[in-house]
Amino acid sequence: MTVLHEMDEKAEAKMRARDVSVYYGDKKAIDDVSIDIPTKFVTAFIGPSGCGKSTFLRTLNRMNDTIASARVEGDIELDGENIYSSGMDVVQLRARVGMVFQKPNPFPKSIYDNIAYGPKIHGLANSKGDLDEIVEKSLQRAGLWNEVKDRLGESGTALSGGQQQRLCIARAIAVDPEVILMDEPASALDPIATAKIEELIDELAGRYAIVIVTHSMQQAARVSQRTAFFHLGKMVEYGPTDEIFTNPLEERTKDYITGRYG
Amino acid sequence: MISEHTVKAFDEDITRLRGLITEMGGLAETALEGALDALIRGDEVLAERIVADDRKLDTLEIEVDRLAVKIIALRAPMADDLREVIAALKIAGVVERIGDYAKNIAKRVGQIEGRTRFEPLTLLPAMADLAAEMVHDVLTAYAARDPALAREVIASDKKVDAFYNSIFRNLVSHMVENPATISSAAQLLFVARNIERIGDHATNVAEMVYFAATGSYPLDDDS
Repeated sequence: MTVLHEMDEKAEAKMRARDVSVYYGDKKAIDDVSIDIPTKFVTAFIGPSGCGKSTFLRTLNRMNDTIASARVEGDIELDGENIYSSGMDVVQLRARVGMVFQKPNPFPKSIYDNIAYGPKIHGLANSKGDLDEIVEKSLQRAGLWNEVKDRLGESGTALSGGQQQRLCIARAIAVDPEVILMDEPASALDPIATAKIEELIDELAGRYAIVIVTHSMQQAARVSQRTAFFHLGKMVEYGPTDEIFTNPLEERTKDYITGRYG
Repeated sequence: MISEHTVKAFDEDITRLRGLITEMGGLAETALEGALDALIRGDEVLAERIVADDRKLDTLEIEVDRLAVKIIALRAPMADDLREVIAALKIAGVVERIGDYAKNIAKRVGQIEGRTRFEPLTLLPAMADLAAEMVHDVLTAYAARDPALAREVIASDKKVDAFYNSIFRNLVSHMVENPATISSAAQLLFVARNIERIGDHATNVAEMVYFAATGSYPLDDDS
């Protein structure tokens, strides 16, 4: 059973998971997780390696469809619509629920094309002018515009690690998503690039529902308003970040965040 | 029983921090008892030693501050660890203050004349015993992380206040009747006031002990 804290704000749930279990073959990786992901907030998933937090994150935009042995039970809704229903267009889903990975993975194309690719295939731009505008707006929101505006034709892979990650965030933003999933978005970056990503998350939080998986407890504490602690495939505790980190109700949560996890 | 941190040095730091607080508490308790003893017996040598010993408390408080800052900077403590460190910082400040009050009582020992004639002098030791017991109990509660005992300490403060009110009235009537002793009586009034403040500070420590152990404040839990 998950220990749920009382939430202060009546935040509107963008995504709603109910009794979700995930199997890899016979192995149960996620055990009966139910959670509401609020819009305009940052929700952090924390927990030791192998606890299932990344697996659960991936169920939220069906990234685990790509793993043959993975099977999902339970309901996950985006604005009340079950994303695992047969009528769900997965490509469309992944535009609405974008993802940023641990290692920056820009396309081996120009900075401009990295951003323009999504809007093009989703038909979001009617003209070159529209596309230019989307590229500029996305790069600006990702805090990268000033650094790259004079070299949009250069390859995305020529940027520094931190810039590449912000490029990937800009790419996710470009298709106007509602939810952004981030799987350890700063763990491969130096402290300054990490701070820029965190600042960016802060700025984006008011606009999207953001879910971040992180191993850095300090980072979860800094960037999120909600924190869920996962352990052995279960969601142990979910509540306001400040409460989880100052006064967790569950012994296992406390042991983990205070560094007593054996 | 709280399990150990994966990083052993973290446990060592916390243990050291708790040890320093306990040491400070012991010194404050001894200073208070000694100050009253010196006052009752008019022992100015003992009083001087208590004044001099207060420096140890000041030094320990600085040590607590440094260690707490180091733990926060290097270990980024969370949850009960964080509360423990914050509480230690605040408790050290309060215990140092209790030491100051004991020192202040000791400083007044030489300024009280004709001590045998003062009836309040018979009440003061009982009041001081009660305050010293509060200090002792609150440190026991700290060492045992015992919120129930911390609550008892908070409740005891009423008794110290009652003592103070009674001694205050007693001293005022004494002053009215014996204007020649006003100077000494005023000194005793300050002593009583100091003991009353020690009770208040022991209460503050109790609230921090409660907070460190439970994550909430006694006032919140009452409502």
